Amino acid sequence: MELFVIFISAAVVNNFVLAYFLGICPFIGVSNKTSSAISMGMATTFVMVLTAIVSYFLYNFILVPYKVEFLQIPSFILVIASLVQFVEMVIKKVSQPLYRALGIFLPLITTNCAILGLALFISMREYNFIESVVFGLGAGVGFTLALVIMSGIREELELADVPKGFQGAPITLIVAGILALAFMGFAGMI
Amino acid sequence: MKKQVSQWQDYKKGIWEINPAFKQILGTCPTLAVTGSVENGIAMALATTFVLVFSSFLISLVRRLIPNQVRIASYIVIIATFVTIVDLVMKAKFPEMSKSLGPFIPLIVVNCIILGRAEAFASKNNPWRSILDALGNGTGFLLALVLLSSIREFLGARSILGIQILPDSFEPMVVMILPAGAFITYGLLMGFSNTYAERKKRLKLEELLKIHRSNQAKISTEIAGQEV
Repeated sequence: MELFVIFISAAVVNNFVLAYFLGICPFIGVSNKTSSAISMGMATTFVMVLTAIVSYFLYNFILVPYKVEFLQIPSFILVIASLVQFVEMVIKKVSQPLYRALGIFLPLITTNCAILGLALFISMREYNFIESVVFGLGAGVGFTLALVIMSGIREELELADVPKGFQGAPITLIVAGILALAFMGFAGMI
Repeated sequence: MKKQVSQWQDYKKGIWEINPAFKQILGTCPTLAVTGSVENGIAMALATTFVLVFSSFLISLVRRLIPNQVRIASYIVIIATFVTIVDLVMKAKFPEMSKSLGPFIPLIVVNCIILGRAEAFASKNNPWRSILDALGNGTGFLLALVLLSSIREFLGARSILGIQILPDSFEPMVVMILPAGAFITYGLLMGFSNTYAERKKRLKLEELLKIHRSNQAKISTEIAGQEV
């Protein structure tokens, strides 16, 4: 039950994009087409779960025992960057179709603040191992959900007559605001 | 004299021409997240500027020593060092502020403004110009955050910097300090600034066209005069 609450909380109630403002750059950048939104969402979810596992072990078995918690920012970012690079190489060797679907999005994920935010939340909230994994999965699902909904709206928006200055990022932000308003409806769930 | 003008230009361009928040659209996450109150906005912008200035300076100093292939990783380590300094200082000196900004101080590491300026400017220019560029971008970021947070705090909590401005009879628009208000205000401001820039460009174009036309008319009358 506890795990379910963590999952739902990370996925919809405290959605990473629409409530915590994490990962806005890809949210604006890669939400033009539904197909690329799904690929990006999948790649991010995958990296999030891996990051949750790795940062849990890094924090609790290396940083805390050696009393170097103050190194968490540089160590997390380095681990995430090398993890993403490693995942990219493995996928390239193992599955070419998957590489073609996720490949170009993987390097972008390194500088996605949602990933580092996830690692920081895990150490801040002192989740145990299972909770960390569920939290990572929930955050990934929530990110994918927001991205896919947004891309659907933006595909329709192509046909709309938007004032020239508002085309592109500004109108996307305003739509995201309305979407955030809709997601506030979930707030009473937990 | 000419050199001074260009130095001023290094500083000034960050404020409007390439304003990080409105023109480059970098660092959107903190821009949206911390602008619920003016106080948080200023604290965030100052922290970001500190990291930006020092990391730009250091990166510019060591730019010839870093091999090209590992430059991004080296930049990130340099940036992370300064972010850790800011994070620990904030925790020690301003614990409440640090708590209300939550994970967004550590997240300065992945703020694209800093890496963006490192890659686009500090890695190609001398330390002094890099500091000016970083200060300019920091100022631009500060102004953008102050503007955004003033609007949100004014409408959402009737106050600016915690001082109540509107009377109690004004029903606060709570939505403005919630996430939805952040997105909408930022979107509108960015749209207006784009429209303004768009209009300025068009006016300039029309002016040029006018000069061109009058020149042409002058030439054609001259030609006509010669023929007569």
